[in-house]
Amino acid sequence: MIAPETIIQAACNFALVVLGIAFFLTVYRVVKGPTLPDRVLSLDMLVGIAIGFIAVIAIRTGYTLYIDIAISLGLVGFLATVAFARFILARGLVGERPLEDGAVLRTEKHKVKGGKKAKAAAAAAGGKGKSGSPAGAGGGRRK
Amino acid sequence: MIAYGIALFTALLIVAGALFALIAAIGINRLPDLYTRMHAASKAGTVGSGLMLIAVGLHAGDLATFSRAIAGFFFFILTAPVSAHLLAKAAHQVGYKLSPVSVLDELKGKDGPAP
Repeated sequence: MIAPETIIQAACNFALVVLGIAFFLTVYRVVKGPTLPDRVLSLDMLVGIAIGFIAVIAIRTGYTLYIDIAISLGLVGFLATVAFARFILARGLVGERPLEDGAVLRTEKHKVKGGKKAKAAAAAAGGKGKSGSPAGAGGGRRK
Repeated sequence: MIAYGIALFTALLIVAGALFALIAAIGINRLPDLYTRMHAASKAGTVGSGLMLIAVGLHAGDLATFSRAIAGFFFFILTAPVSAHLLAKAAHQVGYKLSPVSVLDELKGKDGPAP
Protein backbone atom coordinates (compact mmCIF):
# COMPACT_ATOMS: atom_id res chain seq x y z
CA MET A 1 0.00 0.00 0.00
CA ILE A 2 1.18 3.51 -0.70
CA ALA A 3 2.54 5.45 2.23
CA PRO A 4 0.75 8.71 3.11
CA GLU A 5 3.92 10.73 2.54
CA THR A 6 4.15 9.40 -1.00
CA ILE A 7 0.64 10.63 -1.75
CA ILE A 8 1.49 14.09 -0.42
CA GLN A 9 4.75 14.24 -2.38
CA ALA A 10 3.02 13.27 -5.62
CA ALA A 11 0.34 15.91 -5.05
CA CYS A 12 3.04 18.51 -4.33
CA ASN A 13 4.89 17.68 -7.56
CA PHE A 14 1.68 17.95 -9.56
CA ALA A 15 0.78 21.24 -7.87
CA LEU A 16 4.23 22.69 -8.58
CA VAL A 17 3.90 21.92 -12.29
CA VAL A 18 0.37 23.34 -12.52
CA LEU A 19 1.33 26.46 -10.56
CA GLY A 20 4.30 27.00 -12.86
CA ILE A 21 2.02 26.91 -15.90
CA ALA A 22 -0.38 29.34 -14.22
CA PHE A 23 2.52 31.62 -13.31
CA PHE A 24 3.75 31.86 -16.89
CA LEU A 25 0.23 32.44 -18.24
CA THR A 26 -0.18 35.34 -15.81
CA VAL A 27 3.24 36.75 -16.69
CA TYR A 28 2.15 36.70 -20.34
CA ARG A 29 -0.84 38.87 -19.40
CA VAL A 30 1.39 41.26 -17.45
CA VAL A 31 3.62 41.72 -20.49
CA LYS A 32 0.83 41.89 -23.06
CA GLY A 33 -2.01 43.46 -21.05
CA PRO A 34 -3.13 46.45 -23.04
CA THR A 35 -3.85 48.83 -20.18
CA LEU A 36 -2.37 49.62 -16.79
CA PRO A 37 -5.27 48.17 -14.72
CA ASP A 38 -4.83 44.85 -16.54
CA ARG A 39 -1.22 44.75 -15.44
CA VAL A 40 -2.10 45.67 -11.87
CA LEU A 41 -4.71 42.91 -11.76
CA SER A 42 -2.22 40.39 -13.12
CA LEU A 43 0.36 41.42 -10.52
CA ASP A 44 -2.27 40.85 -7.82
CA MET A 45 -2.85 37.40 -9.30
CA LEU A 46 0.93 36.77 -9.30
CA VAL A 47 0.97 37.43 -5.56
CA GLY A 48 -1.75 34.80 -5.11
CA ILE A 49 0.21 32.25 -7.15
CA ALA A 50 3.36 33.00 -5.16
CA ILE A 51 1.41 32.31 -1.96
CA GLY A 52 0.43 28.96 -3.47
CA PHE A 53 4.09 28.20 -4.21
CA ILE A 54 5.03 29.08 -0.63
CA ALA A 55 2.31 26.78 0.73
CA VAL A 56 3.45 23.84 -1.41
CA ILE A 57 7.08 24.35 -0.42
CA ALA A 58 6.04 24.54 3.24
CA ILE A 59 4.41 21.13 2.88
CA ARG A 60 7.39 19.65 1.05
CA THR A 61 10.04 20.84 3.47
CA GLY A 62 8.00 20.72 6.68
CA TYR A 63 8.92 24.25 7.80
CA THR A 64 5.64 25.69 9.07
CA LEU A 65 7.28 29.10 9.46
CA TYR A 66 6.52 29.62 5.76
CA ILE A 67 2.89 30.35 6.67
CA ASP A 68 3.92 33.62 8.32
CA ILE A 69 5.81 34.56 5.15
CA ALA A 70 2.68 33.81 3.11
CA ILE A 71 0.54 36.02 5.37
CA SER A 72 3.07 38.87 5.11
CA LEU A 73 3.19 38.51 1.32
CA GLY A 74 -0.62 38.70 1.18
CA LEU A 75 -0.58 41.89 3.24
CA VAL A 76 2.04 43.47 0.97
CA GLY A 77 0.10 42.43 -2.14
CA PHE A 78 -3.12 43.92 -0.81
CA LEU A 79 -1.42 47.22 0.04
CA ALA A 80 0.28 47.33 -3.37
CA THR A 81 -3.02 46.82 -5.19
CA VAL A 82 -4.70 49.55 -3.13
CA ALA A 83 -1.83 51.93 -3.83
CA PHE A 84 -1.95 51.15 -7.57
CA ALA A 85 -5.71 51.76 -7.59
CA ARG A 86 -5.18 55.18 -6.01
CA PHE A 87 -2.46 55.86 -8.59
CA ILE A 88 -4.77 54.93 -11.49
CA LEU A 89 -7.43 57.22 -10.03
CA ALA A 90 -4.95 60.10 -9.80
CA ARG A 91 -3.27 59.50 -13.16
CA GLY A 92 -6.21 59.22 -15.51
CA LEU A 93 -5.88 58.01 -19.06
CA VAL A 94 -2.44 59.46 -19.77
CA GLY A 95 -1.01 57.88 -22.89
CA GLU A 96 -3.75 55.29 -23.24
CA ARG A 97 -6.95 55.60 -25.19
CA PRO A 98 -8.97 52.37 -25.06
CA LEU A 99 -11.00 51.71 -28.15
CA GLU A 100 -14.40 50.05 -28.27
CA ASP A 101 -12.96 46.61 -29.00
CA GLY A 102 -10.62 46.71 -26.06
CA ALA A 103 -7.49 47.43 -28.06
CA VAL A 104 -5.41 50.41 -27.05
CA LEU A 105 -4.31 53.17 -29.33
CA ARG A 106 -1.11 54.62 -27.92
CA THR A 107 -0.91 58.38 -28.20
CA GLU A 108 1.93 60.76 -27.62
CA LYS A 109 1.40 63.30 -24.91
CA HIS A 110 1.53 66.33 -27.19
CA LYS A 111 -0.83 64.76 -29.69
CA VAL A 112 -3.68 64.20 -27.24
CA LYS A 113 -5.11 67.68 -27.86
CA GLY A 114 -6.30 66.66 -31.31
CA GLY A 115 -9.86 67.85 -30.73
CA LYS A 116 -13.08 66.23 -31.80
CA LYS A 117 -11.96 65.51 -35.33
CA ALA A 118 -9.08 63.27 -34.30
CA LYS A 119 -11.31 61.56 -31.76
CA ALA A 120 -13.89 60.77 -34.45
CA ALA A 121 -11.14 59.45 -36.72
CA ALA A 122 -9.91 57.19 -33.94
CA ALA A 123 -13.44 55.91 -33.34
CA ALA A 124 -13.86 55.21 -37.06
CA ALA A 125 -10.58 53.32 -37.12
CA GLY A 126 -11.76 51.32 -34.13
CA GLY A 127 -15.04 50.42 -35.83
CA LYS A 128 -13.22 49.39 -38.97
CA GLY A 129 -10.74 47.26 -37.04
CA LYS A 130 -13.57 45.39 -35.34
CA SER A 131 -14.34 43.42 -38.48
CA GLY A 132 -10.71 42.56 -38.96
CA SER A 133 -8.27 41.27 -36.38
CA PRO A 134 -8.09 43.10 -33.08
CA ALA A 135 -4.31 43.23 -33.33
CA GLY A 136 -4.65 45.32 -36.48
CA ALA A 137 -6.78 47.87 -34.63
CA GLY A 138 -4.31 47.96 -31.77
CA GLY A 139 -1.42 48.63 -34.08
CA GLY A 140 -3.04 51.66 -35.72
CA ARG A 141 -1.60 55.06 -34.93
CA ARG A 142 -3.43 58.29 -34.52
CA LYS A 143 -2.59 61.05 -36.93
CA MET B 1 -6.10 4.74 8.90
CA ILE B 2 -6.62 8.30 10.06
CA ALA B 3 -3.21 9.20 8.66
CA TYR B 4 -4.37 7.98 5.25
CA GLY B 5 -7.54 10.03 5.48
CA ILE B 6 -5.69 13.21 6.40
CA ALA B 7 -3.08 12.61 3.69
CA LEU B 8 -5.73 12.02 1.03
CA PHE B 9 -7.66 15.13 2.09
CA THR B 10 -4.49 17.25 2.09
CA ALA B 11 -3.51 15.99 -1.35
CA LEU B 12 -7.02 16.76 -2.59
CA LEU B 13 -6.79 20.31 -1.22
CA ILE B 14 -3.37 20.87 -2.83
CA VAL B 15 -4.48 19.61 -6.23
CA ALA B 16 -7.75 21.56 -6.10
CA GLY B 17 -5.92 24.76 -5.16
CA ALA B 18 -3.43 24.38 -7.99
CA LEU B 19 -6.22 23.72 -10.48
CA PHE B 20 -8.14 26.80 -9.25
CA ALA B 21 -5.00 28.90 -9.80
CA LEU B 22 -4.63 27.46 -13.30
CA ILE B 23 -8.28 28.22 -14.11
CA ALA B 24 -7.80 31.79 -12.90
CA ALA B 25 -4.71 32.20 -15.10
CA ILE B 26 -6.57 30.84 -18.14
CA GLY B 27 -9.47 33.19 -17.42
CA ILE B 28 -7.13 36.18 -17.19
CA ASN B 29 -5.89 35.39 -20.69
CA ARG B 30 -9.18 34.48 -22.31
CA LEU B 31 -11.70 37.05 -21.05
CA PRO B 32 -12.26 40.18 -23.13
CA ASP B 33 -11.78 43.18 -20.83
CA LEU B 34 -10.60 44.29 -17.41
CA TYR B 35 -13.92 43.99 -15.63
CA THR B 36 -14.45 40.37 -16.66
CA ARG B 37 -10.83 39.42 -16.03
CA MET B 38 -11.34 40.67 -12.50
CA HIS B 39 -13.89 37.88 -11.91
CA ALA B 40 -11.28 35.21 -12.69
CA ALA B 41 -8.44 36.81 -10.75
CA SER B 42 -10.23 37.76 -7.56
CA LYS B 43 -12.49 34.72 -7.12
CA ALA B 44 -10.65 31.70 -8.48
CA GLY B 45 -7.20 33.04 -7.57
CA THR B 46 -8.14 33.72 -3.95
CA VAL B 47 -9.79 30.32 -3.54
CA GLY B 48 -6.70 28.65 -5.02
CA SER B 49 -4.20 30.16 -2.60
CA GLY B 50 -6.63 29.79 0.32
CA LEU B 51 -7.13 26.06 -0.26
CA MET B 52 -3.37 25.54 -0.32
CA LEU B 53 -2.96 27.44 2.96
CA ILE B 54 -5.58 25.21 4.60
CA ALA B 55 -3.68 22.19 3.26
CA VAL B 56 -0.51 23.40 5.02
CA GLY B 57 -2.42 23.75 8.29
CA LEU B 58 -3.89 20.26 7.98
CA HIS B 59 -0.59 18.68 7.06
CA ALA B 60 1.23 20.11 10.08
CA GLY B 61 -1.25 18.56 12.51
CA ASP B 62 -0.57 21.30 15.04
CA LEU B 63 -3.19 23.61 16.51
CA ALA B 64 -0.98 26.72 16.40
CA THR B 65 -0.06 26.17 12.75
CA PHE B 66 -3.62 25.33 11.82
CA SER B 67 -4.99 28.47 13.46
CA ARG B 68 -2.39 30.60 11.69
CA ALA B 69 -3.33 29.03 8.36
CA ILE B 70 -7.03 29.68 9.02
CA ALA B 71 -6.21 33.28 9.98
CA GLY B 72 -4.31 33.76 6.72
CA PHE B 73 -7.16 32.20 4.75
CA PHE B 74 -9.72 34.59 6.26
CA PHE B 75 -7.37 37.50 5.71
CA PHE B 76 -7.21 36.73 1.98
CA ILE B 77 -10.95 36.17 1.78
CA LEU B 78 -11.52 39.57 3.42
CA THR B 79 -8.98 41.62 1.44
CA ALA B 80 -9.45 40.26 -2.09
CA PRO B 81 -12.92 41.83 -2.67
CA VAL B 82 -11.75 45.15 -1.23
CA SER B 83 -8.77 45.46 -3.56
CA ALA B 84 -10.73 44.22 -6.59
CA HIS B 85 -13.54 46.71 -5.93
CA LEU B 86 -11.08 49.59 -5.49
CA LEU B 87 -9.32 48.73 -8.76
CA ALA B 88 -12.57 48.35 -10.72
CA LYS B 89 -13.98 51.60 -9.30
CA ALA B 90 -10.82 53.52 -10.14
CA ALA B 91 -10.64 52.11 -13.67
CA HIS B 92 -14.31 52.82 -14.38
CA GLN B 93 -14.16 56.29 -12.91
CA VAL B 94 -11.11 57.21 -14.96
CA GLY B 95 -12.81 55.99 -18.14
CA TYR B 96 -11.56 52.57 -19.16
CA LYS B 97 -14.31 51.18 -21.33
CA LEU B 98 -16.17 47.91 -21.13
CA SER B 99 -15.90 45.30 -23.83
CA PRO B 100 -18.49 45.78 -26.60
CA VAL B 101 -19.99 42.36 -25.85
CA SER B 102 -21.12 43.52 -22.40
CA VAL B 103 -24.84 44.30 -22.27
CA LEU B 104 -25.26 46.67 -19.33
CA ASP B 105 -23.25 49.37 -17.58
CA GLU B 106 -25.29 50.57 -14.61
CA LEU B 107 -22.63 53.07 -13.56
CA LYS B 108 -22.53 54.80 -16.94
CA GLY B 109 -22.22 58.53 -16.41
CA LYS B 110 -22.74 58.24 -12.67
CA ASP B 111 -19.15 58.42 -11.47
CA GLY B 112 -16.73 60.93 -12.81
CA PRO B 113 -16.49 62.01 -16.44
CA ALA B 114 -18.49 59.82 -18.78
CA PRO B 115 -16.15 58.18 -21.28
